Amino acid sequence: MNDHSINHPGLAHHFSTPQQQKESAKLGLWIFLVTEVLLFGGLFVAYGVFRAWNPEMFYNAHRSLNVFLGALNTVILISSSVTMALAIRSIQLDDQPKTVRFLIATIILAAAFLVVKYFEYNHKIHLGQLPGKFYTFRGIEGTNPHLFFTIYFAMTGLHALHIIGGMSVLIWLTLKTSRGRFSAEYYTPVELAGLYWHFVDLVWIYLFPLLYLIG
Amino acid sequence: METAIKNNYLNSPRGILSWLTTLDHKRIGILYLASVMFSFLLGGIFALLIRIKLLVPGEFLMSAEAYNRVFTLHGAIMIFLFIIPSIPATLGNFALPMMIGARDVAFPRLNLASWYIYVAGAVFAVYSMVQGGADTGWTFYTPYSTMTTSSVISMTLGAFILGFSSIFTGLNFIVTIHKLRAPGLTWFKLPLFVWALYATAIIQILATPVLGITLLLLILERAFSIGVFNPAMGGDPVLYQHFFWFYSHPAVYIMILPAMGIVSELVSVFSHKKIFGYKAIAFSSFGIAFISFLVWGHHMFTSGQSDLASMIFSFLTFLVAIPSGIKVFNWLATLYKGSISFETPMLYGLSFLFLFTVGGLTGMFLGALATDVHLHDTYFIVAHFHYVMFGGTVMAFFGGLHYWWPKIWGKIYNKTWALVAWLFTFVGFNITFFTQFILGSRGMPRRYYSYPAKYEGLHEISTIGSIVLGVGMLIMAIYLIASLFRGRSAPANPWNALTLEWQTDSPPPTANFAATPVVTGGFYDYDKVSPNPKGDS
Repeated sequence: MNDHSINHPGLAHHFSTPQQQKESAKLGLWIFLVTEVLLFGGLFVAYGVFRAWNPEMFYNAHRSLNVFLGALNTVILISSSVTMALAIRSIQLDDQPKTVRFLIATIILAAAFLVVKYFEYNHKIHLGQLPGKFYTFRGIEGTNPHLFFTIYFAMTGLHALHIIGGMSVLIWLTLKTSRGRFSAEYYTPVELAGLYWHFVDLVWIYLFPLLYLIG
Repeated sequence: METAIKNNYLNSPRGILSWLTTLDHKRIGILYLASVMFSFLLGGIFALLIRIKLLVPGEFLMSAEAYNRVFTLHGAIMIFLFIIPSIPATLGNFALPMMIGARDVAFPRLNLASWYIYVAGAVFAVYSMVQGGADTGWTFYTPYSTMTTSSVISMTLGAFILGFSSIFTGLNFIVTIHKLRAPGLTWFKLPLFVWALYATAIIQILATPVLGITLLLLILERAFSIGVFNPAMGGDPVLYQHFFWFYSHPAVYIMILPAMGIVSELVSVFSHKKIFGYKAIAFSSFGIAFISFLVWGHHMFTSGQSDLASMIFSFLTFLVAIPSGIKVFNWLATLYKGSISFETPMLYGLSFLFLFTVGGLTGMFLGALATDVHLHDTYFIVAHFHYVMFGGTVMAFFGGLHYWWPKIWGKIYNKTWALVAWLFTFVGFNITFFTQFILGSRGMPRRYYSYPAKYEGLHEISTIGSIVLGVGMLIMAIYLIASLFRGRSAPANPWNALTLEWQTDSPPPTANFAATPVVTGGFYDYDKVSPNPKGDS
């Protein structure tokens, strides 16, 4: 172990080199993302099962979703992935003010996504297009239309929780970056948050066509 | 050997707060050990209550409703709070980093967090218990679990939270094994316990999240009637079973694989012989992990899945026998012509070989479609499960506990009492559970409160066995705890083992090793070292 690595910011005692620590952290995050895939995987299976059993009901029910708002949210999230990637690029170039700006842009886009989602949910609640026993809407033909909304709320709800979790991490990163905690030499947390954020976006990329664009 | 008390991980720093905030994998292992053993005690008390009730048919000791809750608590506590974390989180946490020459696991904070999450999950389970407990069985099958008035939500929420603790342990181990091996420690020099923990971690990573989402849906179903598992609302209770067993079948390999890893160590160390078929044992762990994801349907042969699905699941189930058999034959080949010393850990190691084989082979009976129709939901499956889980995992856990005990505490336990306790445990176990094979094959259903008089004799024998087993556990608890206060100091390497954790002090210093070890030889090269134990290396 040389002096350089001892003085390296953020190097924990049980790692020999910053390189080893960074690789470990990245591997750890990838494994975490695998668990996330399987967590959502259960809901995707449930979606597949219930859609296979009620294909017509799924088609009829999906028409009550607002494709425009869904598409808008898709654009918002993809843009947030761009700003996230730019934040990582900026910190790699040691430009902390720019990193902070891009992180804040990402947070704002994430908030915009939630605002759109709020209006969508609000409309559904108003109409009684709700899961299970709360479903009071009349006007969707087919068997058990409440199941579509159970799946819809479970999947988008779990996804929204991930957005909120990601936003908390991004806010924390913004504060840390503005205090000069990260630099071109040490920016692993920013990079890991980026990986997570892209994953959350990717889930939405699947949710949007599966829920909004059936048939 | 030095007599002055050296600084080690147990005595520096001191104070309860230093334990509760520790990031040292060894201390976290001990925190886990204490909590897991407490759960084992609790689950064991429930087990004895079940057995004592079953001494006589009809009303005795407790009401039928209470009985349902007691067997649910026994199952849920033993599975989620004891056996899943038992080996990886205690012995794995303690030994794995040292075995690969590392100073700690890759993410020490995550490691401590996993213990706190475990405690939080346990709190929910205890809360459920105080509320009267769930009465669904540990499988929480719908639709009953969404209808019963017992406190299902807190119990399932507890299991949901415990899942994160398990995932964090697995994640930590995979990264640790990949990134923190000592210089010279290549993959095929890794101790087999490490290989086994790696395969276990993969299952923890891939299966546990599915249980998470399943239990979440179950909680939503129960709290808000969202309909997914309710047939009256177009939902499907069998979907719950698919989801549940997609986790819970691989989960039994989360329980058994680390045990197999321990046995691989014990068999080689105490035969003073190089392990036979190192790579075959290492790869068979992954074979088991892989197949484990493809066999969940064998829990549902009578749940109304298609005949074709049942046939495929049955066939795949038989495939598990191949990697399991590879392991057993390699262990036997290691024993063959070895100079076996019957130290306490080895007694448990050999018990594992015998009992796991019985448990594994009876699993084949249950995997066969026609036989299963007769045997499913009888005491036969209870006996099979306990032969694999207690006869397998718990025996190996005890073996590992006795093996690493001198390293963990720097103390030697009383070997005579250890022999007595093993005898009680082994004999008691077989009396308890072999009887249940017979009971089950004669048609005694599991989870029943009462039974026809013709089963009374066998139930009595089984109960007597369980008391013998309980006495064995009690003796073990007493001499192990006594050894902490009155035991002789342990040398660094009492078993003359070659893996790295034995090359440092007992108990180890906080940093594990004075200098980062460099691995040159093999960990199983017992043919190259003198068989004459010197005690301290």
